[in-house]
Amino acid sequence: MTEQTGNRLERRELLLRSVKAGVSIAAAGLVSAALYDSDGPGSGLDAESLVTFKDWAVTPEPGRTMSIVRGPDRRATVTKAIDLLGGIRRFVKQGQTVAIKPNVAFASPAMLGATANPELVAEVVKLCRDAGAKRVIVTDNPINEAASCFMLTGIRGAAELAGAKVVLPRQSHFRSTSLEGGRLIRSWPVYFEPFARADALIGIAPVKHHQRSGASMTMKNWYGLLGGPRNVFHQDINTIIAELSMMVKPSLVILDGTEVMMTNGPTGGSRADLRRADTMIASCDMVAADSFGCTLLGLKPADLPYLAAAARAGVGTTDYQSLKPASAVLS
Amino acid sequence: MKIVQARQISQVFFFAMFVWFSIVSSLGEKLWQIRGWPVKWFLHLDPLAAIGTVLSTHTLYRPLLWALVTIVLTIVFGRFFCGWACPFGSVHHFVGYLGRHDKSAARKIQLNAYRKAQALKYIILAVLLGMAAFPSVAATLQVGLLDPIPLVTRSFDLLLVPLLDRSAGIASATERFYEGAWLVLAVFGTAVLLNLLIPRFYCRFICPLGALFAILGRFAFWRIGKRSGDCINCRACERSCEGGCEPAGRIRMSECVLCFNCLDDCGHEVIGYQRRKSATGEVTGPDVSRRGFVLSLAGGVFAAPSLRLASRLGGNRGHTIIRPPGALGEGEFLKRCVKCGKCMRICPTNVIQPGGIEGGLENIWTPVLNNRIGSSGCQLNCTACGQVCPTSAVRPITLDEKLGRGAFADDGPIRIGTAFLDKNRCLPWAMDKPCIVCEENCPVSPKAIYTQELFNMVRGGVVTVKELAGDSIVVEQNLPPGKFAGGDYYLAAAEHRSKIIDNTGSSVEIVTGGNLRANLVPGAIIAIQVRLQRPFVDIEKCIGCGVCEHECPVGGKKAIRVSAVGETRSPDRRLLLER
Repeated sequence: MTEQTGNRLERRELLLRSVKAGVSIAAAGLVSAALYDSDGPGSGLDAESLVTFKDWAVTPEPGRTMSIVRGPDRRATVTKAIDLLGGIRRFVKQGQTVAIKPNVAFASPAMLGATANPELVAEVVKLCRDAGAKRVIVTDNPINEAASCFMLTGIRGAAELAGAKVVLPRQSHFRSTSLEGGRLIRSWPVYFEPFARADALIGIAPVKHHQRSGASMTMKNWYGLLGGPRNVFHQDINTIIAELSMMVKPSLVILDGTEVMMTNGPTGGSRADLRRADTMIASCDMVAADSFGCTLLGLKPADLPYLAAAARAGVGTTDYQSLKPASAVLS
Repeated sequence: MKIVQARQISQVFFFAMFVWFSIVSSLGEKLWQIRGWPVKWFLHLDPLAAIGTVLSTHTLYRPLLWALVTIVLTIVFGRFFCGWACPFGSVHHFVGYLGRHDKSAARKIQLNAYRKAQALKYIILAVLLGMAAFPSVAATLQVGLLDPIPLVTRSFDLLLVPLLDRSAGIASATERFYEGAWLVLAVFGTAVLLNLLIPRFYCRFICPLGALFAILGRFAFWRIGKRSGDCINCRACERSCEGGCEPAGRIRMSECVLCFNCLDDCGHEVIGYQRRKSATGEVTGPDVSRRGFVLSLAGGVFAAPSLRLASRLGGNRGHTIIRPPGALGEGEFLKRCVKCGKCMRICPTNVIQPGGIEGGLENIWTPVLNNRIGSSGCQLNCTACGQVCPTSAVRPITLDEKLGRGAFADDGPIRIGTAFLDKNRCLPWAMDKPCIVCEENCPVSPKAIYTQELFNMVRGGVVTVKELAGDSIVVEQNLPPGKFAGGDYYLAAAEHRSKIIDNTGSSVEIVTGGNLRANLVPGAIIAIQVRLQRPFVDIEKCIGCGVCEHECPVGGKKAIRVSAVGETRSPDRRLLLER
């Protein structure tokens, strides 16, 4: 009797174990089948999904491509310069989202002129808001630590006060892009996300000396959109600046020559590096704006190979005078 | 309200405040950023930091006067800080509770029994204080290795906040990286998990601050003890005893952390908080002989110079040990730094890193700049690190002092090191590639990095003119199409040189004008050159900020690197002949 019970228990135990073992084996088999990878890992360089920046350029209007306004007060000169192009409403429509990309590369105070002037940025924000923009974002991917850059330059404070939202770059904001016909911008990470929803894009840059490229102005300003180990592009600085100007097609660029950094650029660091030139440029043509801007540094457009390269690629013209820039002088 | 509830509220309050101060230790003006929050208050309340620096420097740095508050309260009440305020103690308290709450009463009593090894903390305290008290330049403040306040501060600031904030990214200026965070984790994790073995393991066996409180609290006016002998010896009072001080027998005053659990657990109201000694007697002082304590102190005194046998303050100084701007000379610095990590937390660029063992024991967790980590070296217009240093190991300097302006114009800027070019790695020097990112980013004016122009022939750059067609020059050789476009390449023959605009596989287009074109004939041999700007460092201008090193595109081992040479903080590390 006892023996029989023992046998029965043993049999039940055996059966139970068989079932458990069977389920475990089946699970191991199923997991293996589900995760089976016949090819092994690739090089890791497979084509990722690429993004492309929108074309924000506005319809050309003869005589309203570029304007040059002389005067000491940035708020007044920039307003006038944009007016001469047909007013802010040509670029910003009611209810739109506007992205503004000032040069905020360095964590240095505004008075040193290494970055876009905060008053100027604030005035452009205000113009956009007055034109009915629903949302104005101000952003850059600086060289120095981003939060410090926006804080120390005063751009965060001024832009927020004028009604803009300041966006700091985060890893998730970057996407890969390839420039059609480009040699350098191939599957390269760019600062993309904050611009994806923008209906208009305005670039704001000061005129600065730059030892490697000659001058840093509106075209060089787009360097801030590059992610990844972007410093390698200094090996071919003219090509990368030209390609950036092909990659980004802004609604409008503003080149601030109120105070020009003549030496020690692009960082500056001393008031002695600056010269008053009291000039503000607004332009739909970056090449034209920079071709004029470099004259404030005592350079000719031919001194900057990236201007000719961009012109050859059809981005704009180095012969800014052919555009008959509208001009004005304010006291 | 029962007194244990008051204690719990106090613990939660102080712990929350501590965590808040850790979160807000980030540059910015928002409510959750640094603003005016007194983020170093806990470190100032810490008598071990105060007494340690008093022993090593023979001065009491002003804000450390706060420690006097803790000291006076401890003299009056005993180890209240451990049970009521210490954020690290509260962590141990909570984890210890989790570890024991489902165990039997007998097991709990066993866990909370006094152990002879609890005397270890007095030895640790004596050794650490002995090192600080070494009567010469070799005095070294190493209390920060185990002092719970710096320990828990760096654990939260360098480990937990960065980890928990990884996806949100709101508690730091940039995503945080800390070299050697594993060691911070190992110490913190071990200390916390040991609570599952024995509750409040760290507090009972290791904590040098607790040991100090035990010594200070021996004359406490009120103390835990039995009111009368009417005790049935049920030992309920030892079930949740945090200190392991055996209130059922002769209570060990020095181990009692004033948790008041015994008072709460005693069903017979025998235990009280009173001026009298316990009815069954008490052991007042620490369970370590005077001789043992003095011997340990002497051990510490000998340990201090033995650390200096490595000559790290002399010829064997670590050239990679770059201290933040405002740091005292190395000897004085090591007398003050408590290794709390606040400077590493606040640094907006994340360049300040916890030092590792490679710089010797004294270097562990002290601030060291690593220009390869973080967003951009030591930022020119920033003095945040000195503002949060609790002991002024890194002085709270002004921007004028850092940059050598205004009243400091005669002293010149603070230099934290000097950049050295590695010409074997630098692109324009070693590879004939244009670059000068270092020059572009050098933040001082005039720049400490300057360039010299040079035209060098490219590899395979000798070509023969086949024919001339306008500005286009057809050559006999095959060229890589487009390779010499970009504005950095030139065609040269004899003393004439013209910039190349573009090239095909067989021809080169040069800029219009110039003398080269006029002097060329078919059959002429010409050179393709690259225009280089080679960087040089001007050591009279370089402040060692490391932006160049950070931005240098040559990854891994950079082509320009900052060494801790020419630091203004130590005259013996001077490199310049004149300031």
